[in-house]
Amino acid sequence: MALQTMQTIPHAADYIRILPEIVFSLFGLLVMFLDPIMDERRSQRTLGGIALAGAIAALAATLYQAQAHFWGLGFFGMVKVDAFSIFFHFVVAAAAILVILSSYEYMEVQHIRAGEYYGLILFGAVGMDLMSSAVELVLIFIALEISSIATYILAGFRRRSAISSESSVKYFLLGSFATAFFLYGVALMFGATGSTSIDRISAVMQEYAGSGHGPLLAYLGVALMFVGLGFKVAAAPFHVWTPDVYEGAPSPVVGFMSTAPKAAAFAVLLRIMFEAQAPGRIWLIWVAAALSMTIGNIAALVQDNVKRLLAYSSIAHAGYLLIAIASLPADGIPAAMFYSASYAAMNIGAFAVVGHFAGAGERYVTLEDYSGLGRRSPALAAILTIFLLSLIGIPITGGFFAKFYVFSAALQGSHPLIGLVIIGVLNSAIAAYYYLRVIVVMYMREPREDTPVPPIPAGLGIALGLSLAVTIYLGVLPGRVLEYAGRSVNLLH
Amino acid sequence: MNWLDNNILTLVTFVPTVGAVLLLFFPRRDRDIRVFALVISLLTFVLSLHLPAHFNRNLPGFQFDKNVAWIPMPNIHYHMGIDGISMWLTVLTTFLTPLCVLISWKSIHERVKEFFILLLVLETALIGVFVSLDLFLFYFFWEATLIPMALLIGMFGHGRRIYAAVKFFLYTMIASMFMLAAILWLYANTNPHTFDFVAIQNAIQSGQLANLAGAARWLFLGFFVAFAVKVPLFPFHTWLPDAHVEAPTAGSVLLAGVLLKMGTYGMLRFNLGLFPEQSRANASWIVVLALIGIVYGALVAMVQPNLKKLIAYSSISHLGFVVLGIFSFTQAGLNGAMFVMLAHGVSTGALFMLAGIIYERRHTYEISEFGGLATPMPRYSTFFLFIVLASVGLPLLNGFIGEFLVLSGAFQAKMWWGIVGATGVIWSACYLLWMYQRVFFGKVKHEVNNSLPDLDIRERVALWPAAIIALVMGVAPLLWLNSIDPAVHNALVPFSQLASRLVGQ
Repeated sequence: MALQTMQTIPHAADYIRILPEIVFSLFGLLVMFLDPIMDERRSQRTLGGIALAGAIAALAATLYQAQAHFWGLGFFGMVKVDAFSIFFHFVVAAAAILVILSSYEYMEVQHIRAGEYYGLILFGAVGMDLMSSAVELVLIFIALEISSIATYILAGFRRRSAISSESSVKYFLLGSFATAFFLYGVALMFGATGSTSIDRISAVMQEYAGSGHGPLLAYLGVALMFVGLGFKVAAAPFHVWTPDVYEGAPSPVVGFMSTAPKAAAFAVLLRIMFEAQAPGRIWLIWVAAALSMTIGNIAALVQDNVKRLLAYSSIAHAGYLLIAIASLPADGIPAAMFYSASYAAMNIGAFAVVGHFAGAGERYVTLEDYSGLGRRSPALAAILTIFLLSLIGIPITGGFFAKFYVFSAALQGSHPLIGLVIIGVLNSAIAAYYYLRVIVVMYMREPREDTPVPPIPAGLGIALGLSLAVTIYLGVLPGRVLEYAGRSVNLLH
Repeated sequence: MNWLDNNILTLVTFVPTVGAVLLLFFPRRDRDIRVFALVISLLTFVLSLHLPAHFNRNLPGFQFDKNVAWIPMPNIHYHMGIDGISMWLTVLTTFLTPLCVLISWKSIHERVKEFFILLLVLETALIGVFVSLDLFLFYFFWEATLIPMALLIGMFGHGRRIYAAVKFFLYTMIASMFMLAAILWLYANTNPHTFDFVAIQNAIQSGQLANLAGAARWLFLGFFVAFAVKVPLFPFHTWLPDAHVEAPTAGSVLLAGVLLKMGTYGMLRFNLGLFPEQSRANASWIVVLALIGIVYGALVAMVQPNLKKLIAYSSISHLGFVVLGIFSFTQAGLNGAMFVMLAHGVSTGALFMLAGIIYERRHTYEISEFGGLATPMPRYSTFFLFIVLASVGLPLLNGFIGEFLVLSGAFQAKMWWGIVGATGVIWSACYLLWMYQRVFFGKVKHEVNNSLPDLDIRERVALWPAAIIALVMGVAPLLWLNSIDPAVHNALVPFSQLASRLVGQ
């Protein structure tokens, strides 16, 4: 009783524990507020600048939060600041920065109104941040909704294009369906354990583990929650929406929604699977991982649209990442975290190039259009090549270590997931082919003269430079990031 | 001097990359780019000469050792070092690269900057493969050779270049996945975890690897497949003719001269070095594949209508000798294998340069398009003859020493290995001399060939070093064998122990 009265008013430190979220929200509100009162023609850059400042401020807030004395539970045990949440906050804020930078010129070329666009990116980031720090299933659900609703709208932002609207509606319908599954899973979990707090669930699960049999409801709850999250990370068999949505949505948005919300959903998955010690983890994820890798890579082989190709590749990458979640926590958690960070860098970069090259109305998105890009724009082609090599998993790129850590995590322990690793390795070999196709077309085909390549604008240049730097940094000196990710192992386990 | 000894391998490896990065910011003036690339590659060559000059052949183990921690988790070290084997392969690489730059002077006139950047990056990767002593670092460089080579073939090659580039890339990449798996297994099973070649070798030899007995066979095969595709050993050879025919001249020179040796070097260093028992157990079928390669490569070479394809198949035959020598497990055989690697690098590199020179003039490799070239191009045909003779294995030229040693090793191991192998020498004389006859002797059949210009000064500058080295290697092989022999001896120590243990039982 005493405990409850003491905690009716949150501590000041509690607000620090959600500082990045607060910063994102304030700047998002500011953007939305300024949008209607500003001259439409000049608002683009100003609002972009404000949004960029907001994302950078959120990054700074994350760094401030990272001081050890702010760690711990806040808001009556609903959010938790630890190495794990800070890592993902960092990824989300960095992804937001890169996407805002690469949207800068894109918006003008595509005639997209800036206000809501930037506002929604910031609001979406609030949800994603909260997803990674929430330790209470209901709050996780709310955060998931915040992030999802923002991305549903963002997917439809190319209003003049029919496929963009289709993309948005499709994403919205299937997405709400999936979140409903998640909510159902939460309810069943509550029924099984009597709590929605992850700590409490974990304690109950341990009791059950002692008595030998787990509650059936909990298995069902975990499976249903996995359906919801599997949809968000585009893991097979919940991946069907991905290619259509990615094809229709604006390219920078795809760069964003294939990385930041995915990273956040993986954070939730890690929390539920490891911190809550969910039962039945391995086989559930084993199957999803194997299916995602295989379906994603094989479907990507025959794509002629670069956005669809990258969409299928993103399904496959979700599969690789799931391998880490099926592994033992000691190596699996850092591997999964490292993977989401490095995937964020390379994928945002790749989509930024695609978005820039696509031109007004995203006309140039087929593989044919990339013919001879190496000659027409050597810089753009070289940059895209490095991102693609990273997606293949060639050494000195982040993608290599990401795969490397995932596979070696799966091989640890007394029951190594040898079958899954073999499937993964074979899949990476298949994947090399279609990424290579893009490189081959860029460098080895004759250019098609009718497709112009505009010079790289400043904002995009900075975004590409940053993601390139991160990709290479993670490929040359992955130690520090991995070590930081490794700190969260004890916290979660 | 001490600082130099410490860092010489890093310098040799990365000077070409630094050059490539500087080239990125170069103005697009083709001549300057070429000169700069030549300067960089010559500088690398001069630096690499430091290695044989200061190599102490009385010391066992690796020299110019550089070992610093790179990534803590997983435990990856930046560990480089050389012995007599890797030293000469490094020097071979640095020797051939300036020649490649010279030979590409005129034939590359589009995207010149990209070409030389790729060439220099490729040089770094190749050297890195030979000097790395950390398995991870080795794998990194091994994979890193793929990209510049595939791009060189795909961007600057001939007709079916895209097909050839993709085939080359996928073949070698898929095969090296197996090697990666084996490397990861070794890492996971060493205690403390390590990628260090020397540490793993010690752990295996002292029996510290608990699960090795069951896995050794698969590990051996994992490494072997990656290397066998690279060599290429029959029946993994089908990518090679395609890659060679479509590649630009410099690409072919490095492909035949150095890239293929990565495979045989790997067998020598890793298959023999880490798994002596498995090497012995598997030697019989490997040698059979090598012998098939020798004979098959030679026979197919004989009927090739295409000059470059002929040289490509001759490489398969010659590399068969190397594998034969390695898996004879005799001092002579291994010395010979090493020597064939170097000799083949020089003479086949030169053959590809010569083929490239005639292609620049006639834009074809078809042998039937030529004939009687000795009349309009006397200098060219003299160089060609000299190199052909070196490649055939004429005594006093470099091909002879290596093949002789390999065959004497093979005879020591098993009589019939030597007999079948020896026919390879005859075959190579057949196809090379017959080709020479068809190209250079007789009357000039096609009118255009009458007016072909002979070698110009640049081409002679590119060919002289190869010719001189071919002669020196043939006359004074001890210059090389002196430092190769102790390294080979070291490599064979586990085998003599193995033999004495078997005898003891």
